[in-house]
Parts: sequence; C-alpha cells; structure tokens
Amino acid sequence: MSTTDTGGGPPDTSETIWERAHESTEFRELRSRLRQFVFPMTAVFLLWYLLYVLLADYAHGFMSTKVFGNINIGLIFGLLQFVSTFVITGLYVRYANRKLDPIAEKIREDIEGESAKEQA
Amino acid sequence: MTNIAAGVEGSNPLLNILIFAAFVVITLVIVFRASRNTKTASDYYAAGRAFTGPQNGIAISGDYLSAASFLGIAGAIAINGYDGFLYSIGFLVAWLVALLLVAELLRNTGKFTMGDVLAFRMKQRPVRAAAATSTLIVSFFYLLAQMAGAGGLVALLLGVEGGGAQALVIAVVGIIMIAYVLIGGMKGTTWVQIIKAALLIVGALVITLWVLGKYNFNFSSLLQAAVDKAGKAGETLLGPGKQYGATGTSKLDFFSLGIALVLGTAGLPHVLMRFYTVPTARDARRSVVWAIVLIGVFYLFTLVLGYGAGALVGPDVIKKAPGGVNSAAPLLALELGGPVLLGLISAVAFATILAVVAGLTITASASFAHDVYANVVKRGKTSPDSEVKVARITAVVIGALAIGGGILANGQNVAFLVALAFAVAASANLPTILYSLFWKRFNTQGALWSIYGGLAITIVLIVFSPAVSGKSTSMIKTVDFAWFPLSNPGLVSIPAAFFLGWLGTVLSKEHNAKKYAEMEVRSLTGAGAEKAVSH
Repeated sequence: MSTTDTGGGPPDTSETIWERAHESTEFRELRSRLRQFVFPMTAVFLLWYLLYVLLADYAHGFMSTKVFGNINIGLIFGLLQFVSTFVITGLYVRYANRKLDPIAEKIREDIEGESAKEQA
Repeated sequence: MTNIAAGVEGSNPLLNILIFAAFVVITLVIVFRASRNTKTASDYYAAGRAFTGPQNGIAISGDYLSAASFLGIAGAIAINGYDGFLYSIGFLVAWLVALLLVAELLRNTGKFTMGDVLAFRMKQRPVRAAAATSTLIVSFFYLLAQMAGAGGLVALLLGVEGGGAQALVIAVVGIIMIAYVLIGGMKGTTWVQIIKAALLIVGALVITLWVLGKYNFNFSSLLQAAVDKAGKAGETLLGPGKQYGATGTSKLDFFSLGIALVLGTAGLPHVLMRFYTVPTARDARRSVVWAIVLIGVFYLFTLVLGYGAGALVGPDVIKKAPGGVNSAAPLLALELGGPVLLGLISAVAFATILAVVAGLTITASASFAHDVYANVVKRGKTSPDSEVKVARITAVVIGALAIGGGILANGQNVAFLVALAFAVAASANLPTILYSLFWKRFNTQGALWSIYGGLAITIVLIVFSPAVSGKSTSMIKTVDFAWFPLSNPGLVSIPAAFFLGWLGTVLSKEHNAKKYAEMEVRSLTGAGAEKAVSH
C-alpha cells in the first residue's frame, strides 16, 4: 500500500482505482449524505453562536433581564450554547454511525481489495 | 484584605515546589517508560497512531485547557463577570467545526502535519513551506502565552517579584518541557497531557463542589455573594458588557474576538496533530466527542470558580495580588483549603503550562522537520531517522526560543495572547484546510495567497492595534503607532484570508482532477490511510 505522501507525482493517463471509486454511485451517495448533514448543521450552530454573541454585545438590557433569582437570560442563553453543542455532537455521532460508516467501510474494502489484486 | 495578602506570602513555597516536583518526577518516569517503543518517525510524531479515541480525547482536552483557560477565564469571570464567560463559550462551540468539518477528513488524508493535507494535491514544496511557516507562528504565539502565564504564577506562589528569579523559573519550566519532548516524543507528551487533564478536571471539580457547598448548591446565591462582594458596581457582573460594552469600538472588538475564537480551534496546529495519534477516522471522531464533553464540563466548572473567586476573595484583592487576574483560581484555593490546596492547584496549573508547552513544541518541531527539512530542503530524499533527529534538534531550539520569549512576555495577559494565536490560526490555517478538503477547484496559488495573505494581514493588524501600542494596557505604552482600532483582527483578517484563497485559486489555471478524486475518496472513506503501528 502506498502512503499518502505522494502528492505532486507525475500524472498518469490511465483511470485509477481512485477515479473509479470517485465516480461510483456509492461514493456519490456517501458524499451527499456527509454534506447534507455537516453543511446545514454548521450553518445552524454558527448562526446561533453569532446571534448569541451579538445579543451579548449589543442587547445588554435584554440579556440582563432576570428570570429567577439572579439567573438572567444571558446566563440561560450561554448555558443553552453548551446544551446545543452537546446535542449537535450527539446527533452527528448517531448520524455518522448509521449513515456514513457502513457505506465508507464498504467502499474502503472494495478499494483495498482491488489494489491488493492489482499489486499481486 | 490584608490577611489574604499575607496568606499569599504565608503560603508555603517549599510545599508548592515539593508538590510540583512530585508531578514532574512521576510524569518523567512515565515518559521514560513510554519512550522505550519510540523508534520510527510515526512513533515520534504520532505515537505510532496507537492511542484509543477516549485516551486521545482526554489528551486533546489536556492540550486545549491551557493556563489561559484555567487561570485566565476564572480570573476574567471573577473580575469582569459575564464577559469572561463569553470566552469559554467561543472556545467550546469551536469544537463543532473540528468535529463536523475537519477531524475525520484530516485523519484520513494526512500523515503527521497540516502540510501533508495541503500537499496532497498541490505543489509540495511551496505549500509545505507555507503550512510550516504558519504552524510555527501560531505555535510561537501560543507558547508565549503559556510561558507568560508561568511567570505570573511564580510571582503568586513564591512571592518573587524580581524579574531575575521569575526568569529562572521560566527557564526551568522550559528545560523540563524540552526533556519531555526529547525523551518521550508524541507518546510521552500524550501521557503527560492525559495525566494533567485528569488532575486539572478533578481539581476543578473539587473546588466547584466546595464553592457550591458553601452556598447550599444554589447558584443564584453564589451570584448574589459575588455581586455583594464587588461593591457598588457589583450588579454589572451578572450581565454582559462590563469589559467590552463601553464604546462602539470595544463592542466591535468583542465581536471580532468571538469570530476568532470559534474559527480558530480547528486551525490550531497542535490540535490538528493530535488527530494523527489514533488508528482510524472513527477514533478521531470519538476523541473529539470525549474532548467536547470534558472541555464543556470544565468550562462549567470555571463559571463557578470565577464567581466563587469573586464572592470569596473579591475582585479588588485579586487585582492587587501578584499575578493579577491570573491569580483568581489559586487565591480561591487558598481561601478554601489553605496552603495545601493552594499548593495542589498551583502544581496543577504548572503542570498545565508544562504539558501544553510540550504539545506545542512537538507540533512545531514536527512541522519543521517533516515539512521544511524532509520535503522542502531534502525534497523527500531523507531517512525517517534523520528526520526525527532534525525534529529533536528543532524541539531544543523552539524550547530555547520559548524560554526567551516567555521571559520577555512575562506579565502580559494570558487570555489575550491566546486570543491572538486563535486569530492567526483562524486566518492563516482554517481557510486553506476547509478549501482543501471541500473545494474541488482549490489549488497551490489559492493556498499560498490564503496562508501568507492571512498571516500578513493578521500580523500587520496586530502590530498596529491598540493591543501593541498607545494605551495603558498595551505592550508598548510610551509610543502610539496604532491605526487599527480593534485589538483582535479576526473580523477583518478571517474574511480576507477566505477571499484571498478564492481569488488566488480562480486566477490560476492549475487543477489536478485526478489527485482531487483520490483525495476525496481517501478523506471520506479512509481507504489507504496511515495505519496504527503495532509493537
């Protein structure tokens, strides 16, 4: 097995194992599943975080509104950032285990099997 | 107030040193044991890729929960209340970028460094040189912050105000750290991180419970006590704005900081390198999950620690103590458990600095040896043995630089210096990593423009910011050459670096479709990725 440290080698013209895998429907499915999850989720947590930062930055009065005792909206929103971080982490792990890992594993085994054959 | 000040002086320096020495001896023994199997380059840089997800996750939290997190954030909350808490939220949410976009794909495509990922489908030598340059600069900023923190801690513990004595202690810390890296390589360094993270989290948990116990586990009463202790302006501790709310510029500065924090983590080279110490991408994912949980829980503790220090020690006493803001957590420990707890917590804080510095040093030395020496200078024609030898020599040089820089930076605000390191990482590293993993068209020119452009803009804006000159809080107080209004450049430098990466790419015709196809398949499936080494 070659190592990953092969960048910049001379381009050869034959279609490689990698290109074949890249064009396969399985791989396209894997890529779209990954992107369908991580891109929207990144947008969600970044927007939620930016909203929080902007509120803390420009809406002092609102954030200092006390809800009970000395616990104000700012503190609750801050703690909700912790909660959302933990929840997104959990969702991603579940998604990756169910939807990404099985496909990735299958493609990997195909490629490694094929390259072993080619080398033999 | 006087009896607490006397308490710091009366704290037992000998006891503090003994506890710290015990930590050093125990970890050195472990490092020696771990080093027996360090033979190949993969062992030295990536611990043979044999750590499990949970082990690496604990080590990541050890790397990440630096002196800035522990001392800096607790102190910031004690003095500035809510605004200090905002740091920890940015530091935590940032991990989602690493989890969702970077960790697994990076593990699958690289070998030891960030340069490996970029070099995959671009011209090796220029991008490796660029990646190594930004790695070294980020590491250096971060190192400065840690060493400056060490100086402040010494001032607090030993009551040494003299620059000479503090410099001596910084030098000792640096030399021990070099020993860890030289002897143990990545494996030894990782074990030091694991031990330190466990000590730090348990220590913070104990103090958190202790503080909460004093207020019948009612967080609202703790807040009330902090407000009462702070006097007239106490109520402002509870809401945002005490530190950053003064003017339009300071608000914008805070926004800039918030962006740098959330985008910086996934570009920190010493964090990226930790993903290579596990056998598969799946383990990289598990390690990030562990890190997120541990780091999140720890920041919840610091919230209690900070307000606890405000309530039990008081902001005025903290500000006047040797070590200033950074002394809040140790002073709280002294107040609660006397000299023994102070000694323990201070030893943990020292251990924190030591471990983080070791992690940074190995990253910087790996980047120099692997990217610059082996691939740029020798064009890949070198043996792993000589590469590791160069890495070890580099570690000594970087260690020496860190000692020198730490002595010069002694007294600077630790959390602020770390925020600058995050700004550089977010500007110079993150855009190229993301483009490289997700954008088909991305090429060498785009990478170079983004890295060098991001670096240059960030550094120029920092140099001409009020953080460096012109204000009473600046590094250089006497002259004023600042023209950029914000202390943190992220708001400008991060979008600029993303833009330069795009512009450089579209202005160059270079595009290697074959290599991209291979990289994308490898990054998503892990086919052909570097495997664990079994001994």
